Amino acid sequence: MNTSSPQFVLAARVLHWLMAALILTMLFIGVGMVASVSERHEWLIRIHKPLGIAILLLAVVRLIVRLRNPPPPLPADLPAIQKLAAHASHWLLYLLMLVIPLVGWAMLSAGGYPVMLSDSLRLPPIFPVSPVAFAVLRHTHAWLAMLLFLTFLAHLGAALYHGLIRRDGVLSSMTGYRPK
Amino acid sequence: MNAPPPLSSRSVLLRFALIAFVLLVIVLAFAYVAGCLTPQRLTAQSLVNQLQANAGVFPGYRRNHAKGVCVAGYFESNGNAQPYSIAQVFAPGRTPVVGRFAVPIGNPYGPDSSAPLRSMALRFTQANGQQWRTGMNSMPVFLVNTPQAFYEFLQAQQPDPATGKPNPAKVGAFFASHPETAPFLAWVKTAKPSASYVTESYLSLNAFEFVDANGARHAVRWRMVSETPDTTPGGSEPNYLDADLTQRLAQGPQRWHLVVTLANPGDPTNDATKAWPSDRRDIDAGTLVLTSSTPQESGACRDINYDPLVLPDGIQASDDPLLPARSAAYATSYLRRTSEEAHLPGTADAHSTQEAK
Repeated sequence: MNTSSPQFVLAARVLHWLMAALILTMLFIGVGMVASVSERHEWLIRIHKPLGIAILLLAVVRLIVRLRNPPPPLPADLPAIQKLAAHASHWLLYLLMLVIPLVGWAMLSAGGYPVMLSDSLRLPPIFPVSPVAFAVLRHTHAWLAMLLFLTFLAHLGAALYHGLIRRDGVLSSMTGYRPK
Repeated sequence: MNAPPPLSSRSVLLRFALIAFVLLVIVLAFAYVAGCLTPQRLTAQSLVNQLQANAGVFPGYRRNHAKGVCVAGYFESNGNAQPYSIAQVFAPGRTPVVGRFAVPIGNPYGPDSSAPLRSMALRFTQANGQQWRTGMNSMPVFLVNTPQAFYEFLQAQQPDPATGKPNPAKVGAFFASHPETAPFLAWVKTAKPSASYVTESYLSLNAFEFVDANGARHAVRWRMVSETPDTTPGGSEPNYLDADLTQRLAQGPQRWHLVVTLANPGDPTNDATKAWPSDRRDIDAGTLVLTSSTPQESGACRDINYDPLVLPDGIQASDDPLLPARSAAYATSYLRRTSEEAHLPGTADAHSTQEAK
């Protein structure tokens, strides 16, 4: 399959759907764990940290795949404003996938917490201990996650618009499904 | 690609409605998980809000156990707990400790005699970078055994605006409907505010699990037992505890023994209101040696969240429902006070006249 293909390459599609599931799960875990005082609070936090690092690593791989394999072009007749929105929201999604886990890691470092991914696996701190930095990073983590959720909604809404109403091949370039 | 056949305008409308419906379902699910649709759900925010309603807001300070002092020293392990837990802190040798003594009240300027108990919080930093944080109290059992009951207790304690004191009818109704508080009430009748932090022994109250080298789990509770116990009550001075601590530390390091109690099968691990029978096996795991103290406004303990679920490999939480609630509420208190230190918009000023006292 060459770069003029109307579809994303297989690696890009696999990464997209895997990360879609992980990130959506992560957003629900994030809001759920801070709104609970039950044992759910504890086990959600235990998933949150290793899952966040997994998303960070996958985002790096995905960025490399994206830069090496330019995505299929958007339909020529798509209005310029929609093209701009599509490009801007995609780069925003990439940015948030990379930045939110790093902010979370830095926030725990600034709070003086050991960054434990499991009972025994500890990541080194990436930020000096500082209560002021902790507070700023903790709020930033939550606001960026909310921005990611809104960007995801816009992305999903746009994808369904392409698939159900414009029917212009944009959605199938990622699903891999091609009607005969 | 061939252009698809055009849709009727009714069809377009239906498809837009379908897209809106999908997005709405996701937003509602998100709002539900976030607690927005269930205001009655107990959250860390509601617990901390109630603490603030009861004691007032003192920017930069903890929302409970607000009056305290930082201490430092080390734990000298004798290796006796090593067969039960692989935590590095139990290998023979020293582990540095940053701790905090406190009076369990929300007002950092309240008198030391406000409550007949004291608390000790410790952070052990192992050589491998893992940490063990624990917050203990000088009482034999906890008041209640669920976060919901603790919240109801705090609500009953809220001062009546007319009298400035808790409404005795509400307090009475709370205890009448919570028979699990009986062991605590029996103890508190005889309890007096101690004249010293050093003479007290401090109990984990919650159960935990030690994990040994074979992966076997052992239900435990622990306590720090003072080497210099004394039941002399404190006087009427508002601030005798810090002076006493400074004076004792000037004479030399102060010591406690870490005593770990192993549960028998069937002993409750999810009920902090029930003491385990006194014949359970105790292990003296080593000595806590405290060598210095610093006021909490400038000490290293100020910016530590003594979250009881920050645990090293070899110690795990039990099924006690108070533990995740403590962890969640401490995190909320920590975020609020660090936000105040950072002077973030919408937070109370951490350097108001109260602190400048």
